[in-house]
Amino acid sequence: MSALQFSREELVNVYRTMRTIRRFEERVMQEMGTGDIPGNTHLYAGQEASAVGVCLQLRDDDYISSTHRGHGHSIAKGVDIDGMMAELFGRASGTCGGKGGSMHIADLRKGMLGANGIVAAGAPITCGAALSAKLLGTGQVAVAFAGDGAMNEGVMSESFNLAKIWMLPIIFVIEDNGFGEATANAYVSAGSFTRRAESYDIPAIEVDGTDVFSVYAAAGEAVERARAGGGPTMLHVHVPRYYGHYSGDPDTYRTPEEKAAMRRERDCLSNFRKRVKEVSLVEMAELDAVDAAVEAEIDRAVSAARAAPFPPLAALTTDVYVKYL
Amino acid sequence: MAQKSFRQALNEALHFEMGRDPRVIMMGEDLTGGAGANGVKDAWGGPFGVTRGLLDAFGPERIRDTPISEAAFIGAAAGAALTGLRPIAEIMFVDFAGVCLDQIMNQAAKFRFMFGGRAKTPLVIRATYGAGSRSGSQHTQALYPIFTHIPGLKVVIPSTPYDAKGLLLQAIRDDDPVIFLEHKMLYDTVGEVPDGAYTIPFGEARVARDGKDVLIIAIGRMVQVAEEAARKLAAEGISACIIDPRTTSPLDEDTLLEFTETIGRVVIVDEANPRCSVATDISALLADKCFDALKAPIKLVTAPHAPVPYAPNLEDAYIPSADAVVKAATSIIKR
Ligand SMILES: Cc1ncc(C[n+]2csc(CCOP(=O)(O)OP(=O)(O)O)c2C)c(N)n1
Repeated sequence: MSALQFSREELVNVYRTMRTIRRFEERVMQEMGTGDIPGNTHLYAGQEASAVGVCLQLRDDDYISSTHRGHGHSIAKGVDIDGMMAELFGRASGTCGGKGGSMHIADLRKGMLGANGIVAAGAPITCGAALSAKLLGTGQVAVAFAGDGAMNEGVMSESFNLAKIWMLPIIFVIEDNGFGEATANAYVSAGSFTRRAESYDIPAIEVDGTDVFSVYAAAGEAVERARAGGGPTMLHVHVPRYYGHYSGDPDTYRTPEEKAAMRRERDCLSNFRKRVKEVSLVEMAELDAVDAAVEAEIDRAVSAARAAPFPPLAALTTDVYVKYL
Repeated sequence: MAQKSFRQALNEALHFEMGRDPRVIMMGEDLTGGAGANGVKDAWGGPFGVTRGLLDAFGPERIRDTPISEAAFIGAAAGAALTGLRPIAEIMFVDFAGVCLDQIMNQAAKFRFMFGGRAKTPLVIRATYGAGSRSGSQHTQALYPIFTHIPGLKVVIPSTPYDAKGLLLQAIRDDDPVIFLEHKMLYDTVGEVPDGAYTIPFGEARVARDGKDVLIIAIGRMVQVAEEAARKLAAEGISACIIDPRTTSPLDEDTLLEFTETIGRVVIVDEANPRCSVATDISALLADKCFDALKAPIKLVTAPHAPVPYAPNLEDAYIPSADAVVKAATSIIKR
């Protein structure tokens, strides 16, 4: 897949979404330092091309489920960043009214079934969404994002099996950043992920997740199969994770050299710039203008979040049930 | 006596008992944090720093960083306990017990009974619990009522560094499966902890404060809340007694009944959701066994029947407060 298959406008949009995720994350990291974002967050920076490449193949009404590292997937699926930022600040105007927080951002209007605090929990839920699509005949597909660490939860294997025997329109996107928290994937995973999927007769594709075009191509194949009734696909996407596991992680289990090399050599944004420059499709100045626009947008989201009120205390006991008494 | 943190007290207990008994092993996610990765060793000392230094002292055979596979490694720990080892398995946040509840409640908890007493399961499952860290609904629950409900499990909820060490040593030496719950917000609390080993028997409540006007029964971190409430009550001339059951299974019924008999006014403070909880369990016990001694209704101060919210103002309001305890206490004293 090459950049040439995209229009100029499409290329700029792809770049804008990746840049939005990156700046969102960098800004969140910065705001964590002020103490005004409660708790901790898990940042997606470095992995942008995966979320964007996949979601670019999706319709607005297709489903995705995410992980504890959910900001990138949400933004790629079109969730409003003002709402997301407000949610991170715990404000009433947040995507979930301030009740969910970073790990639980969801927006059903955008087919975003939620970030998730429980590793691998999204996979069976997404099977359910794919089942809805199939039985209701809507033509929607569902994407379950998960990390390499998640692959070792039993529920992943159970979901693969279910997806195949029910021939669900689902794509499992395994984002392999080499680590589950501080533990290296190599230390805790046996065999290969693609072979795990293949043992369920689920086609599996290995992808370079620093190249949005490769991800887009692989996702295209998977989505096409799913929509045509061909059942599940698994993508094993290799990505770098720029920050520590969570925003407070000293990240001492990786060397500074390792981290610097990762940013230097495996950056999806500079990779993108290089690719479009080679085919002289987009002026670098235009991408710079995108950077500035994104910056302003994130600034606005942060200011709006800061100015927004916290949820009312009554919210403590609402939304537990649709109706209780 | 030396002042040590809750975290340090637990770490000492682990070091001591692993050194004493070669059958004790540990397993869990990121137990050492980074072990095995590119030669890095023990980068985190565990997700909360409790297991620091164990890898160096005891090696990767006995300190095992597991995959994210709770059902498999908790089940493996149960199986290892059944067959001669004394595993300590860690569930990073007790909420994740959802993933492996079968292994805990249908397997480990049942072996001894189902096998006609011809087996023992010396397993300790350590997990963090509790609200206050702004971590949202899936990382903050106080799930001890669920475990307390299951026969075959012992449930330990220490509230001080001293108790943390003594109860953990007891848990590791106990021949039954023990759920050992550590409140995330207690790790940095400091108290007197002896250097040597000592154990605290299960089923023995601690009188955290003597008093005569009102009895406050508080679980885990709520002991701190009760202590703050007692100080406020003292300023109003009300003397509060605080009892910390320390283990909810077994429960020290005798002490709870004895103090209820003499004081006659009871407030129970429990961070868990109120339905089918330790608070309701204890209040039923007291109402059943010493109704005549009660001078007022038993008051429960608990979280609401709702998940833990993320927004800081909501989370603060969710957790039982000292003011709520004071209010509950004065409401039954003024009767
Ligand atoms: C069931 C469960 N076990 C453990 C955790 C703690 N935990 C949160 S994220 C994480 C690592 C996940 O690794 P991976 O799936 O590779 O995703 P990544 O963080 O690399 O994006 C762990 C162990 C959890 N949230 N849920």
